[in-house]
Amino acid sequence: MIEALAFYMFATILIMSALMVITARNPVYAVLFLILAFFNAAGLFILLGAEFIAMILVIVYVGAVAVLFLFVVMMLNIGQSNVKTGLVKYMPVGALVGFTLLGELIWLYTSWDISKYAVHQRLAPILAEDSEISNTHALGEILYTNNVYLFQLSGLILLVAMIGAIVLTLRSRKGVRKQTISEQVSRERSDVIEVKHVGFGKGVQ
Amino acid sequence: MIDLQTFNIIPVMPEIIMALMGMVLLIFAVSQGNKSYRIVSWYVVLTCITVGAILLRFPQGVSITFGGMFVTEPFAVFMKLLVLAGASLVLLMSITYMQREKIARFEYPILILFSTLGMMVMLSANDLISLYMGLELQSLPLYVLAAFNRDNLKSSEAGLKYFVLGALSSGLLLYGCSMVYGFAGTTNFIGLAEVFALEATPVAGVVVGLVFILVGLLFKISAVPFHMWSPDVYEGAPSSVTAFFAVVPKIAAIGLLIRVSMSAFGGIAEQWQQVLMLVAMGSMIVGSMAAIVQTNIKRLMAYSSIGHMGYALIGLTAASSAGVQGLLVYMMIYMFTTAGVFAIILLMVRKNMQVETIDDLAGLAQYKPLMALCMAVLMFSMAGIPPLAGFFGKLFVFQAAMAEGMYTLAIVGVLTSVIAAYYYLRIIKVMYFDSATEQLDNVEDSGSNFVMRASAFFAVVFITIAWPIVEAIHYAVDSLLFL
Repeated sequence: MIEALAFYMFATILIMSALMVITARNPVYAVLFLILAFFNAAGLFILLGAEFIAMILVIVYVGAVAVLFLFVVMMLNIGQSNVKTGLVKYMPVGALVGFTLLGELIWLYTSWDISKYAVHQRLAPILAEDSEISNTHALGEILYTNNVYLFQLSGLILLVAMIGAIVLTLRSRKGVRKQTISEQVSRERSDVIEVKHVGFGKGVQ
Repeated sequence: MIDLQTFNIIPVMPEIIMALMGMVLLIFAVSQGNKSYRIVSWYVVLTCITVGAILLRFPQGVSITFGGMFVTEPFAVFMKLLVLAGASLVLLMSITYMQREKIARFEYPILILFSTLGMMVMLSANDLISLYMGLELQSLPLYVLAAFNRDNLKSSEAGLKYFVLGALSSGLLLYGCSMVYGFAGTTNFIGLAEVFALEATPVAGVVVGLVFILVGLLFKISAVPFHMWSPDVYEGAPSSVTAFFAVVPKIAAIGLLIRVSMSAFGGIAEQWQQVLMLVAMGSMIVGSMAAIVQTNIKRLMAYSSIGHMGYALIGLTAASSAGVQGLLVYMMIYMFTTAGVFAIILLMVRKNMQVETIDDLAGLAQYKPLMALCMAVLMFSMAGIPPLAGFFGKLFVFQAAMAEGMYTLAIVGVLTSVIAAYYYLRIIKVMYFDSATEQLDNVEDSGSNFVMRASAFFAVVFITIAWPIVEAIHYAVDSLLFL
């Protein structure tokens, strides 16, 4: 009963906030609604018993991605007016493509069938109902062992992403004040301090 | 708990060496700064050659490791050798070019190395997940390389355009993978092959999933109708990067396409044959028609490579052993001749500025007879004139199509190659019969000169070395089909 109630609460808020993401006039509100949508999706995952995905959703999407969006939106200073320009012009084509795709997907999933040979091919063993092992534990057990190849490859992809970001953005500028420790250490009193005698009624010359 | 036999790392040794060398060179280059550009480039070439030599000494059979995610057999070895050769050729001719253009930064060879590593992972992928990882490791450096000349508006635009469209195609590919997984219950190619051998008529959703996976891969080889990005990216990216785009990733993507369609989805061949047939016809037609009006030689090469991908796909559409053999011969010849043409494009310098229109070649034969001769040989080869290499590639794929009764495809192929001959021959006409207005500079670039001569030499002597090469390819294809 409570589970069903929680499900409908999360689901309703999720759909409403997803709608608000694309209809909100102010881009900052849109990003805030996106964060709300992520939180509710995380709630749905917890109801499914997938607490690891829920955590990742909160940490990665809310903690990093959405905050990044927020920064970008605020820095770009997108006006409220130019978001909807061209809506009337592109609406018919967009709606046509969207509804065609939706119709096709509905047709696909209503005629969906899992192959009867799929059971033999199943990748992971399904844990017993009363198993003590949690989701996170089970993932941790295979991530660095069975899937070590993929794990290392993702590391390489992230390395390449880092190199790419540096290549495309790092510029050596002139006039940047950098800390040079040797210069700081070798400073003499005479380099920087000068004693001036200020006479009465006169300013510093 | 873990069976160590299934985690044998010996078959993955070439990839591990590549990855380690990439990281070591990165640390070395970061500590030395951009003055290490040349030495890092040479070390990357050396790494490619070493890894190629290791691959040649590899055991002959099929070995599968990492729980079925990684496979290597003579087919993978052959394709990896092609990829490594392509990457080394492109690096050889771009070392001096990058310095001339004042964009010589040490990240360039390192990104090429990581991209090549991604291609090797792709070619050895035996699982939809390792396929995806390889594809991303391959394309991420390519996006950066396209925008490498970051102060140039066109180059930045090329990078952004390629990135956005590439991300879209990756998304489609992943969506397709999820549909296939949902149906078959596995992402492993061997498992998929077992399921599809038993399921003669799969549900519509799986066919859509298969089509999405094909779209993702066809985007990478810029086959019609997924070719829109390629002329703009080819024109905007620095010429040496364009050479890399045109030569190397296509081999990897074609290799992956062969493995996915022949081994994983071999049971439902008639489903993907129709798709590939339309794509091949479209590519041949667009590649030959749209190239006629081009004046920029890099754009022309973009359309020419779209056309070549069409001819190559004929071999895969035939879905026979002979077809795949023809395809591999075609790709090999395509790689060597395209590398040569791009070496010549890199040598087109006038008053210390890179020039790239066809008219800039006017009268080349009068003052640079060797360069003009090499270009003429390569153009004749690409047009498919008999004693040269390009003819044999076309011959093999058309033969395979005829043997499978695909007459329409073969006829369209012959007709479009006649049309395509027009623009290849036009370049020869401009070089030999037009008078020179201004001459091109003499460039000190031994790398490009070497690649140009080697490639033209290959196109001429292919007829004498064709037999052992075809034998080797036959052996490679056999190892794939008996998987």
